[in-house]
Amino acid sequence: MTSIAALREVEVDYAAGRALGPVSLEIGAGETVALVGPSGCGKSTALRLLAGLEAPTRGEVRRAAGRGETAVVFQAPTLAPWLSARANVALPLELAGAPRADAYERAGAALAQVGLAGAEDKRPAQLSGGMAMRVSLARALVTQPKLLLLDEPFAALDEITRRTLADDVLKLWTQTRPAIVFVTHNVEEAVYMASRVVVMSRGPGRIAADLAVAGPIPRPPHFRTTAAFRETAEAVSTALAQGVAA
Amino acid sequence: MMRLLTRLAPWLLIGLMLASWELACRAWQIPVYFLPPPSKIATALIEDGPSLVAAAWYTLSKALIALVIASLVAQLLALAVTVSGILERTIQPIAVVLQVTPVIAIAPLVNIWAGVDHPERALIALASIVAFFPIYSGAVTGLRAVDADLVRLFDLYGAGRWQRLTRLRLPSAVPFLLEGHKVAAGLAIVGAVVAEFVSGSGKVQGLAWRILDAGNRLQTAKMFAALLVLGAMGVALYALLQQAERMGLKWWRGR
Repeated sequence: MTSIAALREVEVDYAAGRALGPVSLEIGAGETVALVGPSGCGKSTALRLLAGLEAPTRGEVRRAAGRGETAVVFQAPTLAPWLSARANVALPLELAGAPRADAYERAGAALAQVGLAGAEDKRPAQLSGGMAMRVSLARALVTQPKLLLLDEPFAALDEITRRTLADDVLKLWTQTRPAIVFVTHNVEEAVYMASRVVVMSRGPGRIAADLAVAGPIPRPPHFRTTAAFRETAEAVSTALAQGVAA
Repeated sequence: MMRLLTRLAPWLLIGLMLASWELACRAWQIPVYFLPPPSKIATALIEDGPSLVAAAWYTLSKALIALVIASLVAQLLALAVTVSGILERTIQPIAVVLQVTPVIAIAPLVNIWAGVDHPERALIALASIVAFFPIYSGAVTGLRAVDADLVRLFDLYGAGRWQRLTRLRLPSAVPFLLEGHKVAAGLAIVGAVVAEFVSGSGKVQGLAWRILDAGNRLQTAKMFAALLVLGAMGVALYALLQQAERMGLKWWRGR
């Protein structure tokens, strides 16, 4: 499997002290990886390193994805309130120099992909939390990234919405198969969405466990009730508890 | 019925107060120069009405010119300051000193510089000075009040300086600019009125001068009439700008 991004013996120091590391993590092309850990363990920092938004204090970050091939979805939808849904989604393309008509056309297609056909002209203030998150997802997908990074993307949503969105993300993944790395503190969500779960221990964050999740993606119905899912979730929980205790 | 009463209640109170004022003036025979009864003020208002409106327009027009000047200068300066960090440090102390100095204290100086023949210049200058700060600080705050994650997105997509300014910072600043202009318009009138008081010459035909002039002649009813027009002008301007701000925000966020 070709590697799309990697952290090698990476450490990050903030003014308050060590935030992360040393950590080594390899993300293969098309992999879906969940980063799980307690609050303040440096998961989001690791994500920003992978995005190239931050540089490590020590160690090396290697990224195969070029400009415009990495996309990030944040915990909040992070939409520009003065732009329509379509213009928000078209923004990455326009910033890269695409002509407006072309950008808008692709933005419309991306919105249709996330189930928002017909809402193109709505402003963020007119959308529900789940819909705004879908716009954010469409904006991330419109550039057809090789690496999709999600920072606790569904944390602010209700259970039903987050489950639907989880299935939608996995369905969308089958279309272009980007590598997905997402941060969460929800063990079930991690095991459900990822083919590989990386458990991090309390700050400074280190990797406490790296577990593979068996099963097809997208997940079949009732995947949450299978023995494989239960066992992996249990293993992740145990590793998490040990990481917190450590 | 209850609703009607709720709406009428403030007017009833005003009516009641005016009536007792009128009665008290008559019953105790209070001298007109000391406290004229509402009926005398109403007469003065009707007699002087057209000339008071003209005076109000004189003051208002100067305040509006000042608002335009202040708006342009403040926004350009705020833009320059956000682009260059050094410039901000250079300007900040002067800006603070100007802001904390009461406008009435600078007014005599500005009057001298404007010259006896052009008191309206002093009006515009002083109104501009007081209208400047709400717009300037609103613009500076607004240009900085950008969602940190949106900035990260712009980093991620490799946006240039110009793109960041026109597509991120300027649009983010809009609500702050609307608020700043609303406050500034009210202050511009205050500035113009203060300048009129200080210049205190017949060359200025504004509302404040009318108050001063009537005061000098002990025509208290006329003072009240001019004061009423001044208050009404302020309320009207505020209501107008409030509405403009609401519409602006609606346009900005589509709701």
